[in-house]
Formats: sequence, C-alpha cells, structure tokens
Amino acid sequence: MIRFLVGKLAYLIPTFIGITVVAFSFVRLLPGDPVLLMAGERGITPERHAQLTAQLGYDRPVVVQYLDFVMGLFQGDFGTSLATRRPVLGEFFALFPATVELGLCAVILATIIGIPLGVFAAIKRGSVFDQVSMGAALVGYSMPIFWWGLLLIIFFSGILGWTPVSGRIDLLYFFPNGTGFMLIDSLMSGQSGAFTSALRHLILPSVVLATIPMAVIARQSRSAMLEVLSEDYVRTARAKGMSPFRVVGIHALRNALIPVITTIGLQIGVVMAGAILTETIFSWPGIGKWMIDSISRRDYPSVQGGLLLMAGVVMIVNLLVDLLYGVINPRIRHS
Amino acid sequence: MKFAHLLAASTLAVMAAAGAHAKTLVYCSEGSPEGFDAAPYTAGTTLDASGKALYNRLVEFDLGTTNVIPSLAESFEVSEDGLEYTFKLRPGVKFHTTDYFTPTRDLNADDVIFSFLRQASADHPWNQYLPGISYEYYNGMEMPALIKDIEKVDDLTVKFVLNRPEAPFLANIAMSFASIVSKEYADQLEASGNMAALNSQPIGTGPFKFVAYQPDAVIRYAAHDDYWKGREKIDDLVFAITPDPAVRRQRLEAGECHIMPYPAPADIEALKGNDSLEVMEQPGLNVAYLAYNTTVAPFDNAEVRRALNMAMNKQAIVDAVFQGTGTVAKNPIPPTMWSYNDAVEDTPYDPEGAKAILAEQGAEGLTMEVWAMPVQRPYMPNARRVAEMIQSDFAAVGVNVNIVSYEWGEYLAKSTEPNREGAVILGWTGDNGDPDNFLAVLLGCAATGDGGANRAQWCNEEFDGLLQQAKVTSDQAERTKLYEEAQVVFKRENPWATLAHSTVFMPMSSKVTGYIMDPLGTHNFTGVDIAE
Amino acid sequence: MTTKPATTPGPLREFWFYFSENRGAVIGLCVFALLVFTAVFAPVLAPHDPVHQYREFFLTPPSWEEGGTSQFLLGTDAVGRDILSRLIFGAQQSLIIGVVVVTIALFGGIILGLVSGFFGGWVDAVIMRVMDVILAFPSLLLALVMVAILGPGLMNAMIAIAIVLQPHFARLTRAAVMAEKNKEYVMAARVSGAGKLRLMFKTILPNCVAPLIVQGTLSFSNAVLDAAALGFLGMGAQPPLPEWGTMLAEAREFILRAWWVVTFPGLAILITVLAINLVGDGLRDALDPKLKRS
Repeated sequence: MIRFLVGKLAYLIPTFIGITVVAFSFVRLLPGDPVLLMAGERGITPERHAQLTAQLGYDRPVVVQYLDFVMGLFQGDFGTSLATRRPVLGEFFALFPATVELGLCAVILATIIGIPLGVFAAIKRGSVFDQVSMGAALVGYSMPIFWWGLLLIIFFSGILGWTPVSGRIDLLYFFPNGTGFMLIDSLMSGQSGAFTSALRHLILPSVVLATIPMAVIARQSRSAMLEVLSEDYVRTARAKGMSPFRVVGIHALRNALIPVITTIGLQIGVVMAGAILTETIFSWPGIGKWMIDSISRRDYPSVQGGLLLMAGVVMIVNLLVDLLYGVINPRIRHS
Repeated sequence: MKFAHLLAASTLAVMAAAGAHAKTLVYCSEGSPEGFDAAPYTAGTTLDASGKALYNRLVEFDLGTTNVIPSLAESFEVSEDGLEYTFKLRPGVKFHTTDYFTPTRDLNADDVIFSFLRQASADHPWNQYLPGISYEYYNGMEMPALIKDIEKVDDLTVKFVLNRPEAPFLANIAMSFASIVSKEYADQLEASGNMAALNSQPIGTGPFKFVAYQPDAVIRYAAHDDYWKGREKIDDLVFAITPDPAVRRQRLEAGECHIMPYPAPADIEALKGNDSLEVMEQPGLNVAYLAYNTTVAPFDNAEVRRALNMAMNKQAIVDAVFQGTGTVAKNPIPPTMWSYNDAVEDTPYDPEGAKAILAEQGAEGLTMEVWAMPVQRPYMPNARRVAEMIQSDFAAVGVNVNIVSYEWGEYLAKSTEPNREGAVILGWTGDNGDPDNFLAVLLGCAATGDGGANRAQWCNEEFDGLLQQAKVTSDQAERTKLYEEAQVVFKRENPWATLAHSTVFMPMSSKVTGYIMDPLGTHNFTGVDIAE
Repeated sequence: MTTKPATTPGPLREFWFYFSENRGAVIGLCVFALLVFTAVFAPVLAPHDPVHQYREFFLTPPSWEEGGTSQFLLGTDAVGRDILSRLIFGAQQSLIIGVVVVTIALFGGIILGLVSGFFGGWVDAVIMRVMDVILAFPSLLLALVMVAILGPGLMNAMIAIAIVLQPHFARLTRAAVMAEKNKEYVMAARVSGAGKLRLMFKTILPNCVAPLIVQGTLSFSNAVLDAAALGFLGMGAQPPLPEWGTMLAEAREFILRAWWVVTFPGLAILITVLAINLVGDGLRDALDPKLKRS
C-alpha cells in the first residue's frame, strides 16, 4: 500500500510543478496592466507607473518572480489580491465553503438518484423504465446547464414563486459564519426558519449542478451492473436459487460499485467547472464567481492562486479516489 | 407579478419570525467592496461601503449638492494668503463601539493628523500596513505636492499649511479618502500586531457601524447610537451584493431589497411603471467626449475640429446609444456643477457647412481613426456603437473613419501618447464637484504629455490662464466667472466633441423615504426611513 | 482491439448493421443530418437577415402567443432581430465550432499520442505529464483563462477548447500504440524495414481508429457545449454573431419578461448536443466489440 502511495505521489510532483508553471505563466500572459486599470481615466505618469509596478514586484525578472511565487507557496503564501489587499489564500477559503456546500449537495444528489436509476435500469433491462430513465440520462448528459438553470429560475422562482431568485439565505437571518456551510450554520444558530431558508436557496443550484454528474453516474451504474450480472458467479448464484434481491444486493451491487466510485470521483472536476456557470447564474458567492471576477479585473495574484488551488483540489480528490479504489480493489495495487 | 407578491409575503413572514421590530434597510449594491478603509481605494462601490457609511471628514459635501460644509470640523478659517487652513474640531464626537473595539476618548487632533500622515509619508508605520497598498486619491489630488505641514495647535485644533494657494483644497478633503479614522484603535491594533484589521474591522465616527461582511454576499451595519448628528432612523443597514442588474431588479420587485443602484437602461420603463416602486433620477456628474489630438495635423487646426463637430449628429447618437438615459453635452462639465455656462451655444449640426469648411481648410477626403473603448462606463453604455454612428456621419462629409479598439488597460495608456493619430472616445466622472476637477484634470496644460489625462494634448494659454487664476482665488463668485469664460474659450477651440452626460437612476420601494441622490454619484443612507 | 486490419470484406456493412440496430442512434443521425442541411442552406431557409434590427418589433412574442406576428415565427429579441433566423444561422456556428475543435484536437492529440507511445522514455514522460497538467484544471476554467489571454472571440474560444480537449485523444492514441506496438504484424513490418513514420501512421494508426472516432463524437458535443458556455460568459462569439450561447447571454436580463428569447437558443443547443451524443452512443456500440456482445 505504501509503495502504491509513493508511486502515485511521484507522479503528482511533476504534475504539480507543471500546474504552478501554467498558473504563473498564464497570468503573466493575460493582456492588461493592473496598474493602468487602477489609474483609470485619470491616467498615470510614467514615473508613478514605474513606482507602482515596482511596489507590486512586477518589474523583476520573470524567473525571479516565479521562484518567489513557488517559495511563497511552501510558506502558505499564495500572494495578496490586488483588489482587496488581502491574502489570496484567505479570500479563497472564505468563499470555498460555499462552493463545497453546493458541490457536495450536487454530488450527493447525483449519487443517490443516479445509482438506483442505473441499477434498476440494468436489472429491468429493455423495459420501459430502462428506456425512459436512460433517455432522460442522455438528455441530462447533453444539457447546457446554464440554460437549464435559467429555465428552472423562470419556472420555480418566476411562475410558481417557490424558490428565491439568488443568494444563500434570506438577508434577514444573520448569524456568525461558523463553519462556512450555510446549512450547518443556520441549524446551529437556532433561529427558526433559518435552516429552511438556506435549504430553499440551495435546491435549484444543486439540482442544476447535479444534472450532468447524475446522468453520467446513472449510465455508468447501468453498464457496470450489466457487466457484473453477466458474470459467471452471479449466474451460478442465480442458478442455485438465491433470491434475485440477494443476488443483486449482495454480490452484484458490491462489485458493480467499484467503477462507479471512480466515476463519482472524476465528476469532481466536472462539478468544479459547472460551479463556475451555476454560481454565475444564481449569484452564489463561491470561488467560481470569484475566479471570473478576478479575471475580469486583472487581479493577477488571485487568478494565479485560484487556478492553482482549484487544480490542487481536483488533484487531491483524484488521489483520494485512486487510494479508495486501491483499498476496495486490491488487484489494482499490484498491477 | 404574482410571484413578487408571494416572495414579498414570505419575506415579511421571515421578518416576523425573526421576532425583532428592528427597521432594516436592504440596499442591493452592485459589487463587493475592496475593503473598509476608504483611503487606499478609488472604486465608488468601495467608497459607498466605507467612506459614506462608516466615516466622516473634516468638511463634507452638503448631501444633494456639491457645496462643502463643516462636519467634524465645527468651523474653519483660511488665512489671507490662502496658505493656512485652521480647523476647529467638534467636541464630543464618539467613535463606534463594537465587539472588537471600545473607544476611551472622543475624536481629537491626533486622529486627524494620523489619518493624513499615514497617506502622506512613506516611512509612516501605517503607510504599508497592507502589502503593496497605495493611496491613489491622495496622490491623484496632488496632496503630496500641496500639503507642506499638518500641525496640532491644541487637542481640538488642526492647522494645514499649504505650499501654494489652492481653492479646490476644501472640496478635495471632503472626499472619502480624507475620512478620519481612530488613532486609538490603530495604536491598539499595532500593539496586538493585527494591523490589517483597520481595513477589515473598521472603526469610524459615521452614521453606521460595521457589523459583519461575508465576501461577495452581504455587508451588515447597525446604526451608530452615539452619532454626533443624532441616531439614524433605521436600525440596520444591509448591503446585499448583487452584481447582475437583472437580478437586482428581480430582488427589488420581490421585496428582497428596498433600493438599488444602476438599473439596466432597458428596465427603466418597466420599473417606472411598477406602482410599488419609485424611480429617482438625476443627471450624472460626468461627461463623455471625443478628444482630437490637437498637436497632430490636421487636427491642430481649430477650424477642422469645428467642422468635424458640425458633421456629428449628436442628438441621434444620444438617442440611439443612451436610449433616454442621457442628454447631449455642450460643455465639458455637467449641468449639475456650479459655474456650468448655459449661455454657451453648442456647435450646430450642419453637414453642408462642415463640408464647406473642410474644403476651405484643405482637409477634404481626410482619413482618420476613431478609438472606441472596449468597456461600458457610467458615462458611456456602448462606445462601439457611438464610433459606428460617428463613422457614418463623417462619411457624409467625405471623411473616412477607421474604428480602432484596444484592451481597456492598453486603451487608457495608449490614448495618452502624445503622437497618437486618432480621436479618442472617453469620459470622466467627477470626484469632488469642483470644476477644477474636470477642466484642469482633463484639459489643463499640466495634464498633457504621456500618461496625462489631457487626451486632446490641448494646451491653450488663454484657457489655462483662466484655470490657474481660478485655482488661487478663494471667492466662489469670482471663480464661477473665470470658469464660465473658460467654457467659452473651450467651445471656440473645440479640442473635443462633447458627446453626452448620462442620467443616473435610483429605483426604490415607495416605502423608502428621505433618500437624497448625491450629484457626486455616491450612495448615502443617512436620513433614510422606511414607512411601515 | 480485435478490429481486423481494413482488408476484411465488408467492415462498413458490418458496422452499419450494428449501428442501425440502435434506434436512438439512427434518430440522432437524422437530426444531425437535418442540422447540417439547415446550416448549409441557412441563407435560403432563414426568413430574415439574422443581424437586421427591426426597430418597431422589440421583444415580439412568438406568432402563436398574444401579440405575436406571423412575420416572426419565434418572436424577436431585445433589439428586434428575428429569433428563428438567428437560430438557423446559429446552426452554422455550432457545426463550425464542432468541426474545427475536433479537427485541431484530433490532429494534435494523435501526433502527441503517437510520438509518446512510440518513442516512450523521457519523451513519453514529458508529454504525458503535460497532458496531466491540462487535465488537472477544470476544463471550462482553463478555457476561460486562455480566451482571456487570446482575447474574446469565436476563433480563440475554439482554440482554447481544442487545447483543453486534446489530452483525451493523446491518451487514447498512446494507449492504443502501446498495445499494438509489440504485436506480430507491427514486428513484421518493422523487420521488413518500414520507416518509423510509416510504421506510426500507416501500420499502427489505422488500428486505433475506432476509439478515436467515439472520442471524436464525444468531443464534438463537448465543444458545442463549452463554446456555448464561453459565449454565455461573454468570452466566446461576440455579438451580433448569432451564436446560441451568446444569444442566451444577451437574453439573460429578460428571463422573467420574455421567455422566448431564453428558451429557444437553449433548446437548439440541447437538441444538437443530444443528437450528437445519440450518434456517439451508436458508434460506440457498433465499434466496440466488447459491448456489442452484452
């Protein structure tokens, strides 16, 4: 197991270095000069421009800037946002819980609906249920989620008035930002109605974000289940007269879930990309929206740190999935 | 709007459930503040959330006008030579008491000196309390060159000594960057090593005190109980950060907020038609212009510039691009500003006349560039469309236009290059309501050259002389006369085509009373109440 | 890969047999064909000029709604442009996006994958780590930053999306090359003195075509979706170009007032992507012998 882990990490180190290079160089390639944007229509004298550029450290050789950036990373310093003058890491973690809360809800929703859908479709292969649910899954898989979100807003907020337009909770509730997860914080605040309000705000964004992962998980579960069901030991168990429920529940499902777990893990990247769109549509104060804002105001350190941190999160999740997979399926470790 | 009622009802139910009878005003603001220290930032969004809500200044703008009145300074005196300003501080002004700071003393001269010195001196321990910070307004208003010394005469008297007489000085220090912060609080933070808190947990003397900020979501304030002007009528003030104008509108209509800035132009008619809303409007303190480079032939010829301005159908441009949210500009300063010269007659729209002049000056068949900025600004909804209309207007008099655009930062920089060929579409939003802030900043000789805001590179002795004279005159009536004359010179010389002044709209629930629009474009909630 | 070298009689017929068994795939193919037809004959089919602004018809509802007119079947947008015509012309954009992106990604990916798999060693290590780096970023985010660097616009958006999608092709090709490299027929070719280039392109490549085609279809639909998403975020095609995602972005402020400006462009994206995915599923079933059996 340790060797497996070390082997994985050895792969990750060059990838991580690559990520720092990409994050750093992409930001340097962005057209536009933050100093000029700060000065606006007033204009800025060449001397003052040089002075501010030096103050921000952008006048040093690029290699020095890069090494400085990497050294800072080891000390947990991801730079300081040009817009707010606060550490990028702090900014990121102030908004990250909102994205995690949304993403987690979406993945859970996708899993608890996607897996049963896929499994039943496999068991009832060729039935109307199979065809309808897999048809729906394909539609979900093809969905432009930014449009889907708008449609849901029109219907549930506009026509029915069931859900709020945007935000995380009604503004009239106010309690300290303990965990950063609105559902937990609202519950701990003890204010009546706060939790329901937070939940109502969360429903539409999670549904939108869950759509594609749900479709992928359902399709994957179905084909994994079909494969397992056709294997010899399941046929034997069936032949021995074991109840179909036990066959499916105990033998088939456990084996079928192994590839599904990988699929769920891989959806984290999809969810991160989807969060950018979902957060924009629902004004959800998370890192997706923060990244878009940072790009448009040329906040170099924030874009750089944000790219790095988001890639880091995807990498860590993928590593965990790999490890989990190794634990469940020992064959992998030795191959 | 059935859903609006439903949502409003549910919001009310929540209010009742929260069980308090606190009056809460919710303002759907357009963006996140960069911080809560007003000195290092220039964005209006940030200054609304800091300078206006949390702090006071020695002198301030009388709300609803651009006149400067005493505030934290009870009174002030200016010496004969205009070099010394002595401010008598108001006694008994209390700083905010919050869960992170309890003041032990009232406002005094130390607070004032601290608030200025930290921006003035690079070696001040607070100058770089956030890494890479700079004081753009302090520098932009030329304070380093202007202020020679700040002296503490006694606990409640501060004297500013200037290097030269400067009439706009009072208007300058009425701006948000000159907000007075608590030195006692700063000392406490310095001792505990938590200096960044000055920006994230602010303490001021203003109408509201800071409660909490969740980035990109909400800022909460509470009324300052010991406010020296008296406690506000509302108990809580909430900024619900909502960058998308369509969502702001939805929230306003749904009763989730009471008041919002910057509605989408397309929505204004509908908002005005909504019975439960009120839409206030006012001309903005801004101007959009097309600046010729007056140092490059043939635009160095005032007659050619006049002919081009005559070829331009400005009314059609304003109608098409601003769609009812702007007015044609004839002067470089907006009509809400004192000294606006209404007697000036705009260059008439006369393509035939323009053609004749161009032929006379030997400039027919001219080919030129018109620069269109790539972004929307408060004074300009769509520069590209303006450029296209100018292109077709100029084509009618035989002038061939190529439209050019650059990335915004590059646009700002390249447009200041002295050898630039093209005419540039740009604009300006006033900082402090003083005409000097438009005329000298945008058209003065000192602002020409690389990096200066005088994009016409126009240095006219007569015009600049009038500005210089007005700058050292402290009598406002006399200054008004000088600026009025300067506007006549401007129109005669036509360094710009003055395009438009945009209109600012402020939709709000009809329950909101006492809101006053600021011609300077800030958003103030002092004096506002909500009818039950 | 048990697909035989292309000399076996009737592989196409066999393929069509399996493909046509899948009803969904055939429907998808028909819809796709219709789309191609629409795109090609857009100037003939569209009732109006897609960028012409009818100043007296702002936000006209579809013809069957109250206030609609038969002149504008699906209504008009905020500046009076005919939505139906814009959708028809938008089909051109979507197909161009799909074709260009897949072509760039396919070529780039195949070359990198072939080189990587064939040469192995440090060349392989470097190329694959670079692919890992690209895949480590959320794809839309990476595309977004790249478009910000290159400047907003349809061409730049296509390049960015192609770069983001390309590692999938490289990985697939490399895996196929690794699997084929030591097989007898390759060995035989090598012994008979075939050059490296010839070996790579003429001998090995044809044997990994099947998974590449499946991946290509998948990428086609991803490209259409991502380009629309970039357009929606204001970084893709620029107005007044009738691109569906950009149309949605412009329509956002009217969502509660004019449902048609929001509904139709999205529906067009959904139908297109769905049709391509149906075809993709059919291709996979027909080309992948392992799933064929089940």
